[in-house]
Amino acid sequence: MRRSILTAAALTATLALAACSGGAEEPAGEESAAPNGEGSTLTVWVDETRQAAVEDAAAGFEESTGAEVEVVLKNFEDIRPDFLAQVPTGKGPDITVGAHDWLGELTTNGVVAPIELGDAAATFEPVSVAAFTQDDQVYGLPYAVENIALIRNTALAPEAPATWDDAVAAGEDAGTKYPLLIQTSTEGDPYTFYPLQMSFGAPVFEQNEDGSYQPELALGGEGGTAFAQWLAEQGEAGVLSTDVTYDIAVAAFAKGESPFIVGGPWMLEQFADLDLSIDPIPSAGGEPAQPFVGVAGFYVSAQSENALLANDFLVNHMATPEAQLALYEAGDRPPALIEAADTASEDPITAGFREVGADAVPMPSLPEMGAVWAYWGVTEAAIVSGKSDPAKAWDKMVSDIQGEIG
Amino acid sequence: MSLPATRGSGRTGWSPGFLVKLVLIALVDALGVYAVLAAWGAESWGILAAMVALLLVANWAYFSKRALPLKYILPGLAFLLVYQVYVVAYTGYVAFTNYGDGHNSTKEQAVEALLVQNERRVEGSPSSPLTVVADGDTLGFAIVSPEGVVEAGTAERPLAAVDGAAVEAGRVTGLPGYEVLEYAEVLERQQEVTDLRVPVSEDPNDGSIRTQDARTGYVFTSTLTYDPVSDAMINTTTGVTYTANDDGQFEAADGTTLPVGWRVLVGLDNFVTAFGDDRYAGPFGKILVWTFAFAAVSVASTFLLGLFLAIAFNDARLRGRRVYRTLVILPYAIPGFLAALLWSGLLNRSYGFVNEVLLGGAQIPWLTDPVLAKLAVLGVNLWLGFPYMFLICTGALQSLPTDVLEAAKIDGAGRWRTWRSITLPLLLVATAPLLISSFAFNFNNFTLIYMLTGGGPRFDDASVPLGHTDILISMVYSVSGLDGTAAKDYGLASALSIVIFVVVATISALAFRRTRSLEEIA
Repeated sequence: MRRSILTAAALTATLALAACSGGAEEPAGEESAAPNGEGSTLTVWVDETRQAAVEDAAAGFEESTGAEVEVVLKNFEDIRPDFLAQVPTGKGPDITVGAHDWLGELTTNGVVAPIELGDAAATFEPVSVAAFTQDDQVYGLPYAVENIALIRNTALAPEAPATWDDAVAAGEDAGTKYPLLIQTSTEGDPYTFYPLQMSFGAPVFEQNEDGSYQPELALGGEGGTAFAQWLAEQGEAGVLSTDVTYDIAVAAFAKGESPFIVGGPWMLEQFADLDLSIDPIPSAGGEPAQPFVGVAGFYVSAQSENALLANDFLVNHMATPEAQLALYEAGDRPPALIEAADTASEDPITAGFREVGADAVPMPSLPEMGAVWAYWGVTEAAIVSGKSDPAKAWDKMVSDIQGEIG
Repeated sequence: MSLPATRGSGRTGWSPGFLVKLVLIALVDALGVYAVLAAWGAESWGILAAMVALLLVANWAYFSKRALPLKYILPGLAFLLVYQVYVVAYTGYVAFTNYGDGHNSTKEQAVEALLVQNERRVEGSPSSPLTVVADGDTLGFAIVSPEGVVEAGTAERPLAAVDGAAVEAGRVTGLPGYEVLEYAEVLERQQEVTDLRVPVSEDPNDGSIRTQDARTGYVFTSTLTYDPVSDAMINTTTGVTYTANDDGQFEAADGTTLPVGWRVLVGLDNFVTAFGDDRYAGPFGKILVWTFAFAAVSVASTFLLGLFLAIAFNDARLRGRRVYRTLVILPYAIPGFLAALLWSGLLNRSYGFVNEVLLGGAQIPWLTDPVLAKLAVLGVNLWLGFPYMFLICTGALQSLPTDVLEAAKIDGAGRWRTWRSITLPLLLVATAPLLISSFAFNFNNFTLIYMLTGGGPRFDDASVPLGHTDILISMVYSVSGLDGTAAKDYGLASALSIVIFVVVATISALAFRRTRSLEEIA
């Protein structure tokens, strides 16, 4: 029924178009049962950055199978809700791009089908396949791995810092406006702060041996409290500030106002004229500062009528070095396929991010993660700004999240 | 033929008017038929039925002589039905279901998803080059085992070695007793191929061969089976039976449920949940009060400022009135969500324009202090809203009957007296309905809150992610998990929206009744 509204909207739009131009596209899903392979149409949802790369791979696929691939451009933010709403109606795509942390939601709603990578699984970075795995089943074909690292302006700081305090000291020596930049904002940024939290030994959920998570909170305890104390100290010292938003941090680093920024490859475009080096994030609490890894990949719809084609397309045409490198060129994220990643690593910046990513942990894809995000950031921001008592605020956060998860 | 017979739109003479009508109706019919065909192709039967009904009614209304009123109201009525009545009715329906995360779809699809999610590839099993074959109409798989033996089977017949197969490049290309399918034929029956499970042996626990790309086969075992007779899922390794319950989930005797459920009607459950969670009891009261205050103050402040400027710029002695009027309308020309985003940047504590430039580097926490944040929200809404009030007040002022004002002057009324007894009441007659609609709009002004403060700063004493500037509609957004902070629950969101609708509708109805007394004064 919800679909009916969408279809109604689509129909209205179609009508409007038809009225204006006299010839509009037919609504999606109007494909009839194909008499032969040439009539089959595979619908793939992509966002802007991956459109060209997927279209290239699709061209090769069309040639070798005779099937048609329709690449539909969508806003990345719309893909998840639209996929959830449209797959059950049978009107959704056969394949969509997506992030690995959607997995929990997609499987509880039964809209994705598992993919058997077979022997190809070994050709991917282990963390990328692990990220798409739930209960020993793989649900997505990974194509890119992204994580944050310490981006260093080599003109201002020649050496990579070993610890957080070293970094702050080096930043102060550089005589720049900020010793070190890390986006915080009044809402907090737990994703960017996670490596620092990890360095105090406080992972968000209990982790299994294979890297997947159990829905048991592990934020609290001694590590968590120590991290909260540290946040308060750094906030008071002025190293961390809730006024530093993403835009402010990136603009300041681009202007050379700090030698260090904690961030990801998506920032690089703005730093085009700086000499950069990518280093591991310095540890604040003594343990390794492991950031979250986000893996981008392709999901197959559980209601796809072209499941064979879809799997064939992904496993045999998107898991190739050419396709993965094309996606890398378009999106700047290190490829998930090891062979492609090796080629991409000729670029020292990509190699730097990849090296940090090798030690990183996958971002949990549990449905419970939504509840964690809701409290996590604001609590960190409140502690940094000195509004809340660190230990108390952290404990309250843990119990609130526990209350939400139930 | 008498002369009057050719007049009037309902008559069937071939007058120019009738021809125009014919062409227009033909256009509408053409579009309608196109929509019907598109709906047919997309298998959207509801839309198809609605389109057919609308088309029939439209043709009847415009060609019948007895449907004169309908000729005027039909277009409006049709849009009202599609965009208002249908949406409200559908929201009402969803409010009584458990549509949301974990209950996203039909039972059939939930069963399908559970089955496929609980199939596991047998650890260490080989990946075998596979060929799809057919024995008459029955599909089967032929594989080459790691030892190089060709084996074939169907859903009914477990894998068995077959002699005399033709193998090329490690793949079966011909098989006695079976027909090897071309790729195109495989695609034609791909649903059957992906659903096909060929047992490895007579013992079902050994698993079965399946394929996802018609090129490689793997051995899978499944841990869940569905029994349609008892409507239950059975876990074959633990022996636990999960039966379908009334909440749209499979539930075992000990209360554990399987993760994927389906949509069912749950009666008033959503309304009970909406008011039953005591974590929300405290914040709800505060948010309710703030919502009313926000809506009322926004209407009052924008109206007063708009009115003041309208009066000031209405004075004939003011030079360059047009320039001022244009400038004043500018905020109205900027989309609301964009303006709210801009303001959230301008009001940043350390780097915002307001603090840094206007206040000389002051560190005023405009958006992070509970009281200041509320003031900031009201201030930004004033900035956004007064041009609208200015516009309608200017219009109303300029259309005041001058004779009444002159009569007042002749009767010796002073400026203030004239304004209070003549101008304002007449103005209110014209603007009161707009004030009510403005109240209703601000009551649900989600965009402003979401873009400017996101509801923050958070309540320190509450255990739910709500803040001091959250209004009811942004609370609904958060409570029902639409912002991603909890499992999405469209049923709950719809139920709460209906509650808000009832509140706003009641207030508006009462207020409209009051405005009638204004008209009596006038």
